[in-house]
Amino acid sequence: MQQTLRTWVSDWMQGLGAVALLGREAFQAVLKSRTPWRELLYQVYFVGVKSQSVVLITGAFTGMVLSAQTYFQFHKVKMDTATLAVTGVSMCSELGPVLTALMVAGRVGAAIAAELGTMRVTEQVDALRTLATHPVDYLVVPRLLALHIAMPVLTLEAIGVGIGAGYLVCVRLLDIDPTYLWANMLRYTDVPDLLTGLIKSVVFGGVIALIGCYKGLCCGEGAEGVGRATTEAVVYASITILISNFFLTMALGPLLAGL
Amino acid sequence: MIEVCQLRKGFGTQTVLDRVDFSIEKGESVVIIGRSGCGKSVLLKHLIGLLMPDAGEVKVEGQVISRMSERELLRVRSKFGMLFQGSALFDSMTVAENVGFAFRNRTGLSPSEVRRRVTEALEMVDLRGIEEKRPSELSGGMKKRVGLARAIVYQPEILLYDEPTTGLDPIVSDSIDQLIIRVRDRLRVTSVVVTHDMRSARRVGHRILMLHGGRIYAGGSPQEIFASPDPVVRQFVAGVSDLKTVDS
Ligand SMILES: Nc1ncnc2c1ncn2[C@@H]1O[C@H](COP(=O)(O)OP(=O)(O)O)[C@@H](O)[C@H]1O
Ligand SMILES: [Mg+2]
Repeated sequence: MQQTLRTWVSDWMQGLGAVALLGREAFQAVLKSRTPWRELLYQVYFVGVKSQSVVLITGAFTGMVLSAQTYFQFHKVKMDTATLAVTGVSMCSELGPVLTALMVAGRVGAAIAAELGTMRVTEQVDALRTLATHPVDYLVVPRLLALHIAMPVLTLEAIGVGIGAGYLVCVRLLDIDPTYLWANMLRYTDVPDLLTGLIKSVVFGGVIALIGCYKGLCCGEGAEGVGRATTEAVVYASITILISNFFLTMALGPLLAGL
Repeated sequence: MIEVCQLRKGFGTQTVLDRVDFSIEKGESVVIIGRSGCGKSVLLKHLIGLLMPDAGEVKVEGQVISRMSERELLRVRSKFGMLFQGSALFDSMTVAENVGFAFRNRTGLSPSEVRRRVTEALEMVDLRGIEEKRPSELSGGMKKRVGLARAIVYQPEILLYDEPTTGLDPIVSDSIDQLIIRVRDRLRVTSVVVTHDMRSARRVGHRILMLHGGRIYAGGSPQEIFASPDPVVRQFVAGVSDLKTVDS
């Protein structure tokens, strides 16, 4: 038990190191303007479109359930009109970015790992290298940038839809006074909350892209290797998102409090 | 042109190549034969820097490529063209995009010029009018030809072939052999062909090297190899699993 835990932790750390190196390589490629624009455009489209429905559904139902549950508790202490404020703050700074990231990890992260993994086992990655193209420039950079661009947009959508759906639940189902409800939401949900969410979403986008690419490019042989790479990409990305979310909250809280 | 010195490579506990030594002259056509799984693909990938040796070195035109970084290697690799065992065509692209890939970020080449060079390369391998097809719509032999077109389109000096005829019927195999010879003679390239097809080896090679037990076991002209008295070479050339039946 202790042994498996130790190998698991050391694997995770080793993977994180390799992912960081991949990130550095990609960052340098971006700086030296080796971005393939056509691929980037396609990837942004792919990420955006592929994740649209899941992100909207996740955002809406999370906002709804959060509002209902908050109301059930707040109603006891007669704080009904503060309900949507809780929804607003939590959607902006925590649930919006985290749930969007987890959904995108499941869809896009898995797709990246499967695509690059297949390319690796069929020697297409080697073919790329023989054709004087660096796999990081051609495969990693567009996916990384696409997720950096798409994640904040998707997160904003999830937040907006979540708050909107929460508002409807409060007003239509729970009969809370709409004017006070909305005013309180605006009063307590600040710019730093939204900014926290957006910064997190950019970081999570990087996590999903880099772990997906790393797992794909280092994938084992055959169909089994691709399958494993795909599963691992989703699992490792999700865990890394959840863990880093805590540290981001702790770091960004004091940092953005001054705004 | 290519020099391999004391090359060693293993994966985990398994040693695949153990002190391989040979050199290839400019314009020469060398065939490397050996049983499946003896490390021919691994050896070929070392020549172009897709794999790095555990020990020893690989030199291309005097430059030691086995100590270069991936970015430095990209420049050296434009001298090479490689045909992969499974063709390795990019399945998200059309045939024309595959063949023209090498020109993707080469400035100073207009799209019409690229199209002309792509068509020319496809004609060289006897393929016409399939520019807009996807690799998944092609047969095995056609894939190999497209792979070859992709490797020759930028006129490299060295061509590496990984089992170009494996898995093809004898007639298609023969046409691929003819293509290799045609490309060799027309473009005056140095060719390295990895195969276990003896018919093909005899036809396309000026020189045959046999990889066995992780090293170059025998080498010489096709005549010498086919007349070799060595039992290991004879067994391979005759294609029999039991050594005793070779002489009868
Ligand atoms: N990336 C790799 N990781 C681990 N083992 C490998 C790898 N590539 C090749 N091998 C092993 O090296 C040996 C030689 O493989 P290969 O060069 O493909 O043989 P062949 O002569 O048929 O082309 C095989 O036993 C194979 O299992
Ligand atoms: Mg092979």
